[in-house]
Amino acid sequence: MGAYIVRRLLWTPVLLFIIGLITFFLSLYGPGDPIQIIMQQYQDPAIVQRVREQRGLDKPVLVQYGIYIKNALRGDFGESFKFRGQTVSSLIGRRLWVSAQLGLASLVVSLILGIPFGLLAAQRQGRWQDTSIISGSLFFYSMPVFITAPFLLMVFVLWLKILPSHGWGGLFDARIIMPALILGLPGTAFIARMTRNSTVEVLSQDYVRTARSKGLSEFRVFWYHVLRNAMIPVFTVVGLGLATLVSGAIITETYFGIPGIGRLTLDAFFARDYPIITALTLLIAGAYVVANLIVDIGYRFLDPRIKFE
Amino acid sequence: MNNQIEENKRPVRGTSLWRYAAQRFLRNKKGVITLSIILVMYGAGVFAPLVAPYGYDQQNLANTLKPPSWEHPFGTDRLGRDVLSRIIYGIRTTVIVTVAAMLAGGILLGIALGLIAGYFGRFVDGIIMRIGEIFLAFPDILLVILIAATLKPRVADWVRGIETSTGIQGIVRSGFVDYLVVFGALAVVSWVGMARVVRGQVLTMKENQFVMAARALGASHFRIISRHIFPNLLPPIIVLVSVGMGSIAGSEVVLSWLGLGVQPPVPSLGVMIFDNGDISILRTTPYLLLFPVATVAIIIFAFNLLGDALNDALNPKSR
Repeated sequence: MGAYIVRRLLWTPVLLFIIGLITFFLSLYGPGDPIQIIMQQYQDPAIVQRVREQRGLDKPVLVQYGIYIKNALRGDFGESFKFRGQTVSSLIGRRLWVSAQLGLASLVVSLILGIPFGLLAAQRQGRWQDTSIISGSLFFYSMPVFITAPFLLMVFVLWLKILPSHGWGGLFDARIIMPALILGLPGTAFIARMTRNSTVEVLSQDYVRTARSKGLSEFRVFWYHVLRNAMIPVFTVVGLGLATLVSGAIITETYFGIPGIGRLTLDAFFARDYPIITALTLLIAGAYVVANLIVDIGYRFLDPRIKFE
Repeated sequence: MNNQIEENKRPVRGTSLWRYAAQRFLRNKKGVITLSIILVMYGAGVFAPLVAPYGYDQQNLANTLKPPSWEHPFGTDRLGRDVLSRIIYGIRTTVIVTVAAMLAGGILLGIALGLIAGYFGRFVDGIIMRIGEIFLAFPDILLVILIAATLKPRVADWVRGIETSTGIQGIVRSGFVDYLVVFGALAVVSWVGMARVVRGQVLTMKENQFVMAARALGASHFRIISRHIFPNLLPPIIVLVSVGMGSIAGSEVVLSWLGLGVQPPVPSLGVMIFDNGDISILRTTPYLLLFPVATVAIIIFAFNLLGDALNDALNPKSR
């Protein structure tokens, strides 16, 4: 087990290094000379040349990337092209908190809706509640945000008029409900399905029959014997959901005017603000890899029957 | 004599598992219904000029923003164009993008790399799977954005170069470049899932006795892969293709939204959705947004249900 973790930990920086390299190359290869973006209307060749040298843009690509990585390791991801004079770190840092709140809210939505639905389906296995929850989860799991958002907006904002539609006021503001709900739906569907399947499986285990036959109350059986074991796969989903706290949600944030990472990604993309794009790629990929690692290790702690390959 | 035997062997093999799978599938009402929905929608898309009541760019400025009526079942847009016709032409874009991206990414790249990794193992396997991990960790949407944004101007230049050197006109104008870039970008992100499944299957299959027997008889690598391993891989591949088509249909919408998809006037569901993706549209002319959105929703859901039904039919043990 130790060897496996060490191998994964050693591979992670290499992985991020390569991902950064790909992004770096693509962004240099893309349209729009960064110098043009920085200088805008000032086109004096001497000044352009000086800025080019100042920013290190005259060096070979690999050298540029080397310098970038060296600075990045110290937490310095350079300066944004679009927002003059602001460092990439400060731009990202401010939005990270917003996206994290939104992500947390959607994760909470997924859990408090998904687990009860899953348990209900498992209890009513084969009956109409079960079938409708299964097909509902299949539907919502596969539906992208841009499909669920208009319909939910239509119902909750325009017809029922119970929820506000737009804006951002932090975690404890009514305006977070709509986006968190929309963002949390696929997760809700997935958790419901996982909970249902693992509960059904656990219910057929011998130790549950034993628990029942020794006369434990149904509540006790469910709470201590079924739920604990059935929740292990759900843990995976929650763990992977942690990665989305960082990545933000491009479509949802734009739709609802939320100033988070997703919105920043979009702005940076339209402005060809490559320092931000590269940093965001590294950040999101890093979060994904780390979340995966945590899930992998945590999973095996929770269920010792699983062997490392 | 020898030929006779060869001929007799084929039909016997043909009646085996595939026919049972087909029978199981046809008995599954859900599967048959979703398959027919997909066939009808894709058929309408392919034969759009015959099916659509109006042209996709046929404007009627005297008749703009009309709600659904008998003449225009889904209403008309800001330029008086028929929404239903535009949706049908939009499906054609979806058909092209899903099929091409699936062929290039999932099927060609994914299956080939999965087979190679699983069959040859060791070093080759390590390299291919590490590359796969990189693409998995790469934030999907950012990779597609980067590829589409950076490569599109280059590809356009390149095609324009071909145009001037060969004298063929209008390739760039026809939207060919847009298609090429869109499914190129989608292909790059969609091969990993397929490759992983194929590899896993090959790894377990390789240990089977029929593979060892074939090897003992002196069969070449190519023959073992193509005749003994590949046919057994088809069931999971078919299921993955079905589910993957749905998610590619969704990605096309996101690309259009970023302005990286096919460009107007070529109609696409993505363009229709994001041209009208505003709450004020929902308030005043919701049909402009809800019909295209529902179309994409049906396509995605149908492919997912179909994948489920195919899985039940092809892997009966997994139920």
